Amino acid sequence: MNGKASAAGTEVGRAGGARRRTAVPRLAIEFDPVSDRVPWWMPIAAVLAALAVCAAFIAANGLDPLAVYRKMLTGAFGTRFGLTETLVKTIPLLLCGVGVAIAYRISFWNIGAEGQFLAGAMAATAVTIYWPDLPAAASLPLMTLAGIAAGGVWGLMTAVPRAYFRVSELISSLMLNYVAMLLLDYFVFGPWRDPGGLNFPGSPMFTASQSLPAFGGTRLHFGLVFAIAAVLLYAFLFRCTRWGYELRLIGSNPEAARNAGIRLNRHLLLVMLASGGLAGLAGMAEVSGVAHRLMYGISPGYGYTAIIVAWIARLHPLGLVVSAFLFGGLIVGGYSVQTIGLPSSTSEMLQGAVLFFVIAGAALGRVRIRRAG
Amino acid sequence: MTLPYALEMRGIRKQFGSLVANDDVDFAAKTGEVHALLGENGAGKSTLMCMLSGVYRPTAGDILIRGRKVSIRSPKDALALGVGMVFQQFRLVPTLTAAENIILGEKSSVWRGASWMRRKTEEITAVAERFGLGITVDRPVWQMSVGEQQRVEIVKVLYRGADIILLDEPTSVLTPGEADRLFETLLKLRAAGKTVILTTHKLREVMAFADRISVMRKGRMLKTLNRLETNERELAQLMVGRNATGAVRPEAGTPGKPLLEVEGLTVEAGRGRTAVRGVSFTVREGEIVGIAGVAGNGQSELAEALAGLQAWSAGTIRVCGREWKRASVRTAIESGVSLVPENRMKSGLAGSLGIVDNLLMKTYREPERSRFGLLRGRRNREWARSLVERFDIRATGLDTPVRQLSGGNQQKLLLAREVDRDPKLMIAVHPTQGLDIGATESVHRLLLGLRASGRGVLLISEDLDEVMQLSDRILVMSGGSIVGEMSRENADRERIGLYMAGLRAVPGEAAS
Amino acid sequence: MEMIIQIAAAAMSAGTPLLFAVLGGLLIERSGIIQLGAEGVMLMGAVAAALCCIRTGSPAAALAAALAVGATLGLLHAFLTVSLRVNQIVSGLALTLFGSGLSAFLGRSIAGQPMPGAVPKLDLPFLEPVPAAGDLFAHLDALTWLSFALVIGMHLYLYRTSWGLHLRALGDSPQTADVMGIPVAAFRYGCVIAGTMLIALGGADLLLVYAPAWIEDMTAGRGWIAVALIIFARWNPLRALLAAYFFGALDALGFRIQLIGSDIPSYFLKMIPYVVTILMLMYLGWRNRGKPSGAPESLGVPYIREQRL
Repeated sequence: MNGKASAAGTEVGRAGGARRRTAVPRLAIEFDPVSDRVPWWMPIAAVLAALAVCAAFIAANGLDPLAVYRKMLTGAFGTRFGLTETLVKTIPLLLCGVGVAIAYRISFWNIGAEGQFLAGAMAATAVTIYWPDLPAAASLPLMTLAGIAAGGVWGLMTAVPRAYFRVSELISSLMLNYVAMLLLDYFVFGPWRDPGGLNFPGSPMFTASQSLPAFGGTRLHFGLVFAIAAVLLYAFLFRCTRWGYELRLIGSNPEAARNAGIRLNRHLLLVMLASGGLAGLAGMAEVSGVAHRLMYGISPGYGYTAIIVAWIARLHPLGLVVSAFLFGGLIVGGYSVQTIGLPSSTSEMLQGAVLFFVIAGAALGRVRIRRAG
Repeated sequence: MTLPYALEMRGIRKQFGSLVANDDVDFAAKTGEVHALLGENGAGKSTLMCMLSGVYRPTAGDILIRGRKVSIRSPKDALALGVGMVFQQFRLVPTLTAAENIILGEKSSVWRGASWMRRKTEEITAVAERFGLGITVDRPVWQMSVGEQQRVEIVKVLYRGADIILLDEPTSVLTPGEADRLFETLLKLRAAGKTVILTTHKLREVMAFADRISVMRKGRMLKTLNRLETNERELAQLMVGRNATGAVRPEAGTPGKPLLEVEGLTVEAGRGRTAVRGVSFTVREGEIVGIAGVAGNGQSELAEALAGLQAWSAGTIRVCGREWKRASVRTAIESGVSLVPENRMKSGLAGSLGIVDNLLMKTYREPERSRFGLLRGRRNREWARSLVERFDIRATGLDTPVRQLSGGNQQKLLLAREVDRDPKLMIAVHPTQGLDIGATESVHRLLLGLRASGRGVLLISEDLDEVMQLSDRILVMSGGSIVGEMSRENADRERIGLYMAGLRAVPGEAAS
Repeated sequence: MEMIIQIAAAAMSAGTPLLFAVLGGLLIERSGIIQLGAEGVMLMGAVAAALCCIRTGSPAAALAAALAVGATLGLLHAFLTVSLRVNQIVSGLALTLFGSGLSAFLGRSIAGQPMPGAVPKLDLPFLEPVPAAGDLFAHLDALTWLSFALVIGMHLYLYRTSWGLHLRALGDSPQTADVMGIPVAAFRYGCVIAGTMLIALGGADLLLVYAPAWIEDMTAGRGWIAVALIIFARWNPLRALLAAYFFGALDALGFRIQLIGSDIPSYFLKMIPYVVTILMLMYLGWRNRGKPSGAPESLGVPYIREQRL
């Protein structure tokens, strides 16, 4: 049986060489496997799509979405006061945004900027409560350090469980947000409540030597310098420094980084110290520069918005500045529509929708349509 | 009477982007034969098999099964046509038992009570016994040896009624003993009228049991031969495209001082498994020491320990006479140990970063590359550019993410990084896996060059030919121990094969 | 004894919303997709139920609304993660942020309003004389019974049916599942949608049974705790019941201590569930070091068929 078949089969290899079939052309939707470049107009399209979707909800609430958007726009950017307010909101967003961006660079999902922000705010306030009479030259640096340290420690509380106990940082950092919120409530309703504050849940007002200086009679304060310095440092860190190189390596391929002699856990702790420290600094700047006291609801969710800010900026320094400014405007715009009967959560809804469309847009940007067999 | 051809492929072409994996391939297998598809790594054998099994779809060409033109869109379609494939990387769910894996995907009966499972288990056992495939049906797959997992795969394919059985590189993960057992099974399948097609690059296997042999090279089908009418030499020539002489290997001078001395090294690999058991050996200046063995017998863990990546529980490692206190990659890098890791994209390169960043990985701490905590950007680019030229790395730019480079260029990049450091000792783990012949040869030349300049090389490879061709001494690892050691002169395949299967060396045979 | 039964009853009522969310989450994760949007989905489920209940007065319609919202959000998450293959963590985060914003926006007009209808109770008078069981089970509401049925149903589904076998295979090795003819994408869509509906049901249960009225951000991190509980439950429905009730008990315990009149400030008692979550995860990580966690092995990895290695 074998011998008979072999005669026919020996030359099969070359026999059909001349035939070449072409398949019917078909369109196939594929993902670009290597490039993750996104067309420049994609973020703009995403914001427009988000606005369109939210318009439906606003209209369902019985209001004219166009009027609402116009109101938000003028409220945030149309007046001198609005613009300063937007910048005031940009400060914490930018500081927290840079903070989470550092962590995201090494794929550490720190979503605890909110808690780290509050920790910084509480620590800075603690300085004013326990050393009330220090001169500005002593109390402001001390408050700054306390804010950074407390934020950093709060950040470490997610890094340590992750590094040594393999606890998902997503869960631990979020749980710590709630812990920080409850701790804040405890302080402002309890031991730190201003005795002369008519039951207002807040600490006593800071003195002038405990407040960050403001620019030219506006509410815009020295925290802006912190924020700009943070972005510049961030850009410099990842472009030029050895540590930045090590972090880029960890972010791209942790296994390869380990092979290059980089100790991952140590860098993880350092990164979270920095990430939390920046959010803590934001908290300090907010109590010392804007509110001039620690109070209930000190953060309208800066830590969460910062996640969106960082993601939309694709962790790029300049992108962080732009998106922090835009989202600052969104928060201020959210306040300004309260006058026409919409809740400030309008802006939260918009933030979430923008994030949705941006991530979907980034994925769609990689879709290629080509002919396939 | 059955049709002459169980399966035919005509004018098959498969492209991945710009890469042509198969070009105008014709192939036919007769009913009831064992047909071997022979070719080097990257010749396109696996791609061809994947198209038969529905994993890939051909860009052009026809597939005929039992004389009827078919379109195989998914593995499910393939099975419906009676075509079943045993993949090189087994398609088994590790947490499920053998029986669960085998009945996976079966549509009949949504509800599965105890009696239903019992009946199925009996059916599966019956199929397994008929072909002499001993498996434990109720054990989770992750607890099984590789050989047993493969038997589960074969039972799965048979149980689901396949009569054309494809096996992709079935012996690459087996010891010689297990491989022999597999061949017996294949002959039983043939006796039962099944058609068996398997891919391999091992000539001896092909000559041992295949009825017919088709040879592929660089994505093209060259020739189909009858086993009785050919010989190893002819096949080797077809496969490689010229006489397989091997790289020129200058004879050794006398090896110099010991570079690496390992004594009684034991490495625990987690989950209570001891991966390396009391291994001792020495690598001297100017010699290549090869470690042969089936993958998964402790070679990876040994290499990791020697690169400072993995802690060891007992024994000593001395490099250039200095004993290492504990596992530290820095110590390894600083004492001149260089590692070409097993899987370059997984642990050797950072895919999303550019060429400069990837070249810097081992040297960025040196004052030449960075100062005061800052990288010396311009100087590093110049240096990277010179390396790209010297090692002939083809890329569109210095900042192209390296995952966009071809496999050969990635390996060249990695070797450029490691060789440029001028290492004292190079540990190369499967350094030519997945490379074409040209790239393989240049890697071999680099390793021989290191040897010629008085460096030591520890070559860990599954490819016995590679080990025998390059090494001055050959160690064989099995079950975490070194079970045999021989000098180049008295190394032969049979002995190495026996050692790989776990037989201990006869005392007194160890060479210098 | 009385105290224990009281705490057990409180644990059940506080644990049931968590249980729904954990069951939904583990169904999704079994298919290999991470769903971090649980917090937002629960809020959306709750607000949808609240709006619908106030408009129609019917708890059944409210539940249907919550399920519909869950299905929509699940479809969205499935589209993004399965079809567009975006980062599953980011998609989940977006869902949470969008869900909490939108729910606050939509629920503003009805915040604090009591619900006109209640989920009917299934009275089992013959149980009343039985000690303990009588107190716990004689007058439970329909949703709690539904959660029991879901636990058992999901257990049988996973370990006694062919579809369950497919699901277990899918989460551990989508390549294998694909080769075996299991439609990977369709299965994942199904699991994400069904699981997200369950999470939304958890939100509705929180509103209709546990809390009297809608308030902004009423879940207070329960969605995230549910995500953590999946890890305690080792992706197993029966353990999910234990995990959810354990956390229900913690919730209840804090409240009880306050009632007794201890002088620990209530803020610290409210922290207990969050702190215990982290400590428990640390303990599990320490105990299971070097061992598999029981997590589906392909969790978080998008599946692409024509992948060249």
